[in-house]
Amino acid sequence: MRHDVFISGFGGQGVLLAGNLLGYAAMEEGKNVSFFPSYGVEKRGGAAMCTVVIADGEVGSPVVGNPSVSVILNQTSFDKYASRVKPGGVCIVNSSLVEMGDFSRSDIELIPIPMNEIAMQLGDLRMVNMVAVGAYAAKTGAVSLQSLEEALRETLPERNHRFIPANVRAIEAGAQRSGSPLSK
Amino acid sequence: MTKRLFMKGNEALAMAAIEAGCRYYFGYPITPQSDIPEYMSRELPKLGGEFIQAESEVASINMLLGASATGVRAMTSSSSPGISLKQEGISYMAGAELPGVIVNICRSGPGLGGIDASQADYFQAVKGGGHGGYHIIVLAPASVQEMYDLTMLAFDLADIYRMPAMILGDSVVGQMKEPVVPNKRPERNLPPKDWVVRGKGDGEQRVVKSLYLGDGELEAHNWKLHARYGELKAKEARWEEFMLDDAELVVTAFGSAARIAKSAVMAARDKGLKVGLLRPITLYPFPEKGFRAATDRCKKVLDIELNTGQMVEDVRLSIARDAEVFFYGRPPGAGSLPTPEELLEQITKHYV
Repeated sequence: MRHDVFISGFGGQGVLLAGNLLGYAAMEEGKNVSFFPSYGVEKRGGAAMCTVVIADGEVGSPVVGNPSVSVILNQTSFDKYASRVKPGGVCIVNSSLVEMGDFSRSDIELIPIPMNEIAMQLGDLRMVNMVAVGAYAAKTGAVSLQSLEEALRETLPERNHRFIPANVRAIEAGAQRSGSPLSK
Repeated sequence: MTKRLFMKGNEALAMAAIEAGCRYYFGYPITPQSDIPEYMSRELPKLGGEFIQAESEVASINMLLGASATGVRAMTSSSSPGISLKQEGISYMAGAELPGVIVNICRSGPGLGGIDASQADYFQAVKGGGHGGYHIIVLAPASVQEMYDLTMLAFDLADIYRMPAMILGDSVVGQMKEPVVPNKRPERNLPPKDWVVRGKGDGEQRVVKSLYLGDGELEAHNWKLHARYGELKAKEARWEEFMLDDAELVVTAFGSAARIAKSAVMAARDKGLKVGLLRPITLYPFPEKGFRAATDRCKKVLDIELNTGQMVEDVRLSIARDAEVFFYGRPPGAGSLPTPEELLEQITKHYV
């Protein structure tokens, strides 16, 4: 079993936390994993990307040219990276911010989810990354909800643990919108 | 199994240094290795150690030299431009036979260049970056676990062979996070440090120096160092072999490039191509025997690097006479990191 995902948005959307969380959850499940953040001259509002590769066996390259799944949180990322998804792959798109226009690829599955609206309905726009993680985990089965919850406890500093229930609700909401049930 | 930790390569390296008994760190911040001094500045004071952010890279390498002369385990880290500044001190350490660990989390150059992953410091690392015809031990981790394990090895090898040891990484192995088993410091028979500097006091005075002016003294000293490099080559060369047995094309790469290459090799195998990977773990000593043995069987080698061709020269010197070497590399810079798909194309091209 091998899952690779490319997550992209702008700095401040929580792209790196999302990747970190998936990595942690995969480790909790006893899998091998590599979380590779894009490393450039980054800033809030600028581009933010990361790649997560999860495998039962060897992870291999932390760098992926044509990911099997892309999670895309803003327009710039969509314009730049939607075309790179591997044929047969999945592209999960934050339709609140992305205008897909006449983009069409019959060889990938496009899953538009209004992530900003969902996060705002749950109380905070900053949970947009959790909605995305939930949708990804449910769609692919890469990690379970339980390990994501465990990962939140491990990756968030103690003072932020009071926000975990809200984040779990955001993960569940994203999962529901992905069209696949999230395994407990 | 010990609980695994999800850590950045740079953090794992710093953690391993402490486990290896390093209590003294001297450095100056530079991207992409600043997680190392950050970690050391937080942890060393708790252990009674000393963290010094020096006024410059030149100061920090000379602090490492001084600390090492007193017999303690000590480390400095930097990135390419900073490592250039340290070369004088490294040469002095090599001349004075001082152990000590130097970390280079490379960035792209020349000059200030950029902060992206690069392997363009290979020549500088393995050929003796400073003056005087010396070598240092150079280890090239390809995973976060190896950032941990090879750092502990670097301290041991440096003590055993009385020479500086370098960890050569880049922002891929430094910044990515992977699960790490925080292994205990291995038990090893280390030679006593009976050369540690000391004043006359009530016994023997011991001087640590690299200056030898007596007739024949320096030549003898250099022959001694030369013999040690030979011993290092004979005993300490390390490499990984992956699916080499029936390979008709040997791919070779080190560090982060080897990770990308390995995925390409696995993809080639999925397509039915008999391709293997030979990954040097020690860049100095270079795994000559590994290349010789592999090319006694397989006559085609594809060397892949994040530069325009450096290790490939050592590959050419190590292979069987009738083997052919191809090279693929890209100079470092934003957006130049090759993908496994790109490397698979190169493999397919040279396989036929």
